[in-house]
Amino acid sequence: MKADPKRVLTGEHYLDGDHACAEGALAAGCTFIAGYPITPSTEVVERISERIPTVGGIFIQMEDELASMAAVVGASWSGAKALTVTSGPGFSLMMENIGLACMLEAPCVIINVQRGGPSTGLPTLTGQADMMQVRWGSHGDYEIIALSPNSPQECFFFTIKAFNLSEKYRVPAFVMTDECVGHMTEKVIIPEADKIELFQRRYTKLPPEEYLPFKPGPNLVPEMVKAGDGYRIHATGLTHDEKGYPVMNWEAQEKLVRRLVEKIRKNADDIVEYEEEETDDAEIVLLSYGISSRVAIPAIQKARAEGIKVGVLRLIVVWPFPEKRVYELSKKIKAFVVPEINYGQIVLEVERSVHGECDAILVPHGGGWVHNPEDIYRGIKEAVK
Amino acid sequence: MNETLTKEMGVIEEKHPMENILRMDRIPHIWCPTCGIGIAVTSFAIALEKSKIPLDQVCVVSGIGCSGRVAGYVKLDSFHSTHGRAIPFATGLKLGNPKLKTVVFSGDGDIIGIGGNHFIHSARRNMDMLVLCINNFIYAMTGGQLAATTPLTANTSTSPYGNYETPFNLPYLADSCGAVYVARWTVLHVRRLANSITEALNKKGFSFIEIICPCSTIYARRNRLGSGLDLMKFYHDNSIIKHGANTKELDIGFQQKIIVGKFVDRERPTFLESLNDWNRKVFGDKFKEYGGPDDGD
Ligand SMILES: Cc1ncc(C[n+]2csc(CCOP(=O)(O)OP(=O)(O)O)c2C)c(N)n1
Ligand code: SF4
Ligand SMILES: [Mg+2]
Repeated sequence: MKADPKRVLTGEHYLDGDHACAEGALAAGCTFIAGYPITPSTEVVERISERIPTVGGIFIQMEDELASMAAVVGASWSGAKALTVTSGPGFSLMMENIGLACMLEAPCVIINVQRGGPSTGLPTLTGQADMMQVRWGSHGDYEIIALSPNSPQECFFFTIKAFNLSEKYRVPAFVMTDECVGHMTEKVIIPEADKIELFQRRYTKLPPEEYLPFKPGPNLVPEMVKAGDGYRIHATGLTHDEKGYPVMNWEAQEKLVRRLVEKIRKNADDIVEYEEEETDDAEIVLLSYGISSRVAIPAIQKARAEGIKVGVLRLIVVWPFPEKRVYELSKKIKAFVVPEINYGQIVLEVERSVHGECDAILVPHGGGWVHNPEDIYRGIKEAVK
Repeated sequence: MNETLTKEMGVIEEKHPMENILRMDRIPHIWCPTCGIGIAVTSFAIALEKSKIPLDQVCVVSGIGCSGRVAGYVKLDSFHSTHGRAIPFATGLKLGNPKLKTVVFSGDGDIIGIGGNHFIHSARRNMDMLVLCINNFIYAMTGGQLAATTPLTANTSTSPYGNYETPFNLPYLADSCGAVYVARWTVLHVRRLANSITEALNKKGFSFIEIICPCSTIYARRNRLGSGLDLMKFYHDNSIIKHGANTKELDIGFQQKIIVGKFVDRERPTFLESLNDWNRKVFGDKFKEYGGPDDGD
């Protein structure tokens, strides 16, 4: 299905990352947006509230982030493409209902414009320290999808991508941007609507008597219905069977949790996406995501000028993690160098994936600003030693 | 009854009168004998039939608790959400598809305790939904802890020497936040409650009905009030019907008189009416009213 031209602001624009996310959501056909103001994400909902009356859809400023996230799950089940937007403290408040979205297999998108934490931290300054929280911040076991844009242009495209993936896999999909990308203004080219491909939610064609709302389809994803379609479904956050009815025993738990996890893990090859550069004969690979992937460029150039063979693996989809590719590369290289604006989150996943074949060297940053490229350069130098 | 016996006796097997609305494949339910929640569900079922609202459009949302299990037993699109968040979940359903009729059915702890913030804001916005709140004065499902509705001096497992916190007066709270319909009944008043639910179902905007309900296993036992039946008798002897009563005067003391009735019935533009009217004013023909996911153009 192609995007609706009335929702797509085709043309060349100068937008900041937050505004580009808003345009991405509208282009993706998002018709329900719930939000609560929080720096540095507020501009997303500000732009949406300005645009939505003439584009079609509903924006509501909820009383808190618990409410925003709960409303998003409800709206998803009524058939809307639903979005909420937040940053650190609000993200923490959303956790319980993110778990509900996983359990109810409600397609939805959450944009987290990361800032420095913990707690109120640095409201106006950047961070990348919610990368583990996004994965397992809600209690229980589950898998989600998370993307990490490094420019306003990518904010636009990755928001659309997040909607497509969330609709396809019936799972919350996250756009993990950050204050730097959110507030930087760059050229954003918005293509014509017929160049934007949208994934259409798979609604069942079975009659109500035959339909089981949580019976997995071929890719482990159940076909959906929406409230009001006459199927009279029941959906619960309790462990449930294919009918959606609660079942309180370990067998039902095993069956359900395993499928929730496997519907992402087994489809990882379809979901995973990254960019590679000069990895063929690399001795060092710089593995990065989001804003850190741009800050690393001068460091890579400097190292290459000295004759060090530095390749790049830049994550577009962070979760699920491209563990297969990381392992393949690990057998040919000396080390991965991982700059991130935290004290070691994605680097743990790199360490796990290399199975001891090479080193994983973290270049940490506490947040509030991006790395000095010199620090990343020193990380590369250390790696070749 | 065994089938041969039924035949021999010539007994006609009738359908359960509420089969249209109950998930018979989930019965027996989990509620204790003489718990009042089932009676509230009966009143709701009667009201739904009377209201003539197409059942396919009705969505029931519950939070967590004994009362929160209602969503699991009604044969309607039904959602068992998280503790306290039934109201925002229903808000999403309604705004995602404005054609739906949303009913929140949950407990006092859920709607007023942990979910109180959503309650006051939804009443303020006049969000289209009917909120049915089972008030059993306690957190029953977790074993009988203090609630924001526990009467002064009542015993709970976390106020084992008696409650010294002032409880909420729910109709007053709903009224002052802007609810367009506010009533209180006990589950003894099955027909009155059903009529009230029918009336509220046919109203636009935020309607609220408090349903006083026996928790025989926990509240009654801890406070030595006898069985569920004894509580029903207490309601019989101690409820006073007073329509239009000043909601300020509806506090409930421990084993004191309970004033019931319809207290508020007024008109106010709903959230969606206000949103649409305002945008039509501002944008004229350029405003694109959202009618739900099936409203393609
Ligand atoms: C976030 C969260 N906190 C606590 C609980 C535990 N819990 C389950 S039900 C409940 C109380 C329910 O009380 P009420 O809404 O009055 O329902 P009742 O059981 O009395 O009908 C609590 C505290 C929970 N499920 N989720
Ligand atoms: S514990 Fe109380 S409220 Fe819960 S089912 Fe039993 S009687 Fe009803
Ligand atoms: Mg209770």
